Amino acid sequence: MARNKTEIRYLSPVDIDKRRKEKYCRFKKMGITYIDYKDPDFLMRFLNDQGKILPRRITGTSLKYQRRLATAVKRCRQLALLPYVGDNLK
Amino acid sequence: MNHYETVFIMNPVLSEDQVKETVKRYTSYLKSNNAEIVSEENWGLKKLKYAIQKKKSGFYYLIEYKANGAILSNMDVEFKRDETVLRWLTVKLDKFAAEYAVRRRNRLSETKKSAE
Repeated sequence: MARNKTEIRYLSPVDIDKRRKEKYCRFKKMGITYIDYKDPDFLMRFLNDQGKILPRRITGTSLKYQRRLATAVKRCRQLALLPYVGDNLK
Repeated sequence: MNHYETVFIMNPVLSEDQVKETVKRYTSYLKSNNAEIVSEENWGLKKLKYAIQKKKSGFYYLIEYKANGAILSNMDVEFKRDETVLRWLTVKLDKFAAEYAVRRRNRLSETKKSAE
């Protein structure tokens, strides 16, 4: 006796594309060798809308450039070109 | 002789010639300690993103120079003693930074030329 018709059983598990888009370090890719602490517009891209530095797992930057990025952002904040705590920065 | 870059913020209430006089004080200090000034940039009056000493804006000035590291400590003392300067930041430039500074200067001069 057929069980309820709605239950559809697949013979093989449907392979959803689990592999996410491969992250890359944009500094390595674009060949940037120095992150300047004097232009806040470029650094703004790596901050969330509260002015906090985005983590590597979101931006995908390598450790070496993330450290340089962090020092650049902190220097920029020191010079009052970037706020320590901003609201709706974007 | 290392390569350094100093940015400092001056009190916004200063008149134009007071700003020049303050800047001249530091450039002459550098020259007297046989430092070679590579370039200077006056960013003028800019709004600060947060208040420094109850001030909402300030005159920014950038000096890029080659100097012996020993003179920096008493330059720091001079900055501290000077009330007109709200904040200063001295950074040592490595070769990538120095090369970037040259590229940045050319870019700025080009935009200025195209603006005229």
